[in-house]
Amino acid sequence: MNTWSRRGFIGAGVLTGGALVIGVAVRPGNPVEKLRGKVATGDGEQLVNAWVKIDQNNAVTAIVPHCEMGQGAHTALAQMLADELDADWAKVSVMQAPADGSYVVPDAAREFVAAWSIDAPRWLEPTYNGLFTQISKLGDVLVTGGSSSVRTTGQHSMRIAGAAARQMLIAAAAARWAVPASEIVAENSTLRHAASNKRGTYGEFAEAAAREPMPQTPPLKDVSQFKLMGKGLQRLDIPAKVDGSAHFGIDAQIPGQRLRYVAVKAPPVPGAKVEAINSAAAKDMPGVLKILNMGDFVAVVAEGYWQAEQALTMVEPRYSRTEGDKVDSATLSARFAKALDAAGSAGGASLADEGDFANAFAKASKKVTAEYKVPFVAHAAMEPINCTAWVHDGKCEIWTSTQVPLMARSAVAKALDMSADDVTVNQLYLGGAFGRRLESDYPVQAARVAKEIGYPIKMIWSREEDIRQDFYRPADISRFSGGLDGKGTPVSWNNVFTQLNGPDGSWDVAHYDIPNRSIRHAEADMHLRFGSLRAVDHSQQGFFVESFIDELAHAAGQDPFDYRRKLLSKSPRHKAVLEKVAKMAGWGTPLPEGSGRGIALVKSFGTIVAEVAEVKMQDGRPKVVKVWCCADAGYVMNPDGFAAQMEGGIIYGLTTALYSGITLKDGGVEQSNFHDYRMVRMDEAPEIAVEFINADGKTLGGAGEPGLPPLAPAVVNAIFAATGKRIRELPIAQHFT
Amino acid sequence: MIQTTVNGKLQKLDVDPATPILWVLREQLGMTGTKFGCGVAQCGACTAHLDGQPIRSCSTPISEADGRQITTIEGLADPEGKLHPLQQAWIDAQVPQCGYCQSGQLMSAVALLRDSPNPSDAEIDAAMSGNICRCGAYGRIRKAIKAAA
Repeated sequence: MNTWSRRGFIGAGVLTGGALVIGVAVRPGNPVEKLRGKVATGDGEQLVNAWVKIDQNNAVTAIVPHCEMGQGAHTALAQMLADELDADWAKVSVMQAPADGSYVVPDAAREFVAAWSIDAPRWLEPTYNGLFTQISKLGDVLVTGGSSSVRTTGQHSMRIAGAAARQMLIAAAAARWAVPASEIVAENSTLRHAASNKRGTYGEFAEAAAREPMPQTPPLKDVSQFKLMGKGLQRLDIPAKVDGSAHFGIDAQIPGQRLRYVAVKAPPVPGAKVEAINSAAAKDMPGVLKILNMGDFVAVVAEGYWQAEQALTMVEPRYSRTEGDKVDSATLSARFAKALDAAGSAGGASLADEGDFANAFAKASKKVTAEYKVPFVAHAAMEPINCTAWVHDGKCEIWTSTQVPLMARSAVAKALDMSADDVTVNQLYLGGAFGRRLESDYPVQAARVAKEIGYPIKMIWSREEDIRQDFYRPADISRFSGGLDGKGTPVSWNNVFTQLNGPDGSWDVAHYDIPNRSIRHAEADMHLRFGSLRAVDHSQQGFFVESFIDELAHAAGQDPFDYRRKLLSKSPRHKAVLEKVAKMAGWGTPLPEGSGRGIALVKSFGTIVAEVAEVKMQDGRPKVVKVWCCADAGYVMNPDGFAAQMEGGIIYGLTTALYSGITLKDGGVEQSNFHDYRMVRMDEAPEIAVEFINADGKTLGGAGEPGLPPLAPAVVNAIFAATGKRIRELPIAQHFT
Repeated sequence: MIQTTVNGKLQKLDVDPATPILWVLREQLGMTGTKFGCGVAQCGACTAHLDGQPIRSCSTPISEADGRQITTIEGLADPEGKLHPLQQAWIDAQVPQCGYCQSGQLMSAVALLRDSPNPSDAEIDAAMSGNICRCGAYGRIRKAIKAAA
């Protein structure tokens, strides 16, 4: 970890007031003018995309381009920067970077794009970075998602900026004190030279440091030198989240402006249009200012949100008929099944093929087949979708909670026929997102309404709108056949499923030693829009694969933990994680009648996670009493924050497994609010134990998502152990009424 | 005209008496710590206190608060700004993730500890199950309540 090979161009500058600013100029010739007044004001600034600011009063500001949605990225990234800088943690604060193209992270772009299709050889690296800089520029890839902030921005920008700043501060002190730089010690935002008994703060040298030459490849610390990285530091955003002072998108205010409020309703069937509205009953209701048919949705503008919401219920819209009207969950399931029938075991598109599965299956001593199904799932973040917008004087400004500020900016610019330079996105805290806020439908909606009426508005979706106008985790059907030899060892694996929603799903079972594999994908259409939901494709694929491997273990008459372990001879890290979680859970020790344990193992977003769920049957229904989780992310930057993400992934996964099922009737979503789209609550939340393995101390895996995928299979496997009943269709609750 | 005391301060409000307390707090009074989550008293994000009792402010009209006392998350700390022991426990246990539901969680927990200073797990379940946390901080919430008890 003490070298870095990325082609970056580090830049530094001095701000008015003598502050040092450092950034990694990923685009040479990057226009810096636009950032003036956003990160700092004044003349003489040489602001490249800045990651750190050290001012004369010795305060360190980490300028973080990723959003904070509960995943702790703001703290973890500041922690990485401050450690390389040897800064006093008490003097470090975080600033949300402005939504500007200068903060695009090529590594993040590469993470997202490369995984889809590009397999470039190493020797292409130099141009590869150039290519992705270009792609990120075009695609506005400033994304918080894919469990990637620490792995990309943290590793390739924050640490480098911190290390470079430290080196420049030392150089400045060496020059002033006329002593060798090698004799200066930097610690806790202070520089010391023991022999001459000189000392000074970073703040005192900030201005001089800014005039030092930029180190292009500053050495990074080795794990043994870490002081802040690897520590469970408290999150910097938490104090404001216990006293009501944290501002989320929905709390946006525009200084000096009075907001009006907007309630909206889109046609229940995606793709339908609002042909006409009858607003006779709504238009004279108290506080109502305007009722708009926007073509693809109805908007009511009122003095207050509650008034807008009340009036909206009285507007009578007429929707166009669409093909989607004829679709319900059963017809969609039949369509998926038809696509799978047509593909058979060898049709569709190949995702992985090794050996000759058909031949091996034909010769197998024992044959096992199974079909699994999952429904659509809505994100249901606690903060309903919302956006504040103001269009005036040919410009648009929005205030919102988004994972993709630059894409939102582009989408708004396009919808309003403006240049992106005329659109400003102000980023606030996200009250959860889980992938929903990777979409820019709502900033566009708010901006269109704001343009139509000319004064600033805050649009808030009702919970019903939030559930019914989501970009869902897709419904999916997955079919398996597996062949076992005389000893029960798998010799063939065939898997065909309908929805491919991501580049590297857990359908890839290469970590298991199964010689003949064919994994395929048979596309089936749907009219419902789908998107990324926490863990994306791994969410359903983890359930499919880890259920089927469990079925193979039982068909072989073997212990499911032991069965998996024996198949992991070529995957030592997987094996270590699995063994550790089994130990934590006391796997194999007796349980009372009606209780059972299930185990599952899934690698996603670079992190290997194994979980054991213990289920107890209570009044004929399964209750998950405890979950043990072991993770190998290579190296964990903030252990407590990492554990919180595993706990969160487990609870989110449990809600998804037990209850989440969006169903369709006449093309529209049937569920509407938390009474019919149920969540796990305190009384159903299991005890959770999390441990991790820093296997290589070097590679970094994600934290926000990997805790989720093993949960559903661990629970269904536990239900099987407790009852002998194999759940092959989620959500689980429908099988226990 | 509705007269209600919010966090110790008398407010005279010229609003439709049917308006839910939530929107009066957020829009008329600019106090955004109390959150909108579902609008139908299903999630608890909007929990505030009316004469010390937890209410779902999204479904309680402001007329009910006439002549009464409303307490919100902004009023939990003492006048000198010292945090309520539960707020401190929330920081110590690093409870919040996204934090959006936490105002409501804290208001429910404050009422629980006042009525039952040493709550059992069953009492915590009963008092806190009206508050959804989508980030899944339930284990830490339980731990923080016990630490503050």
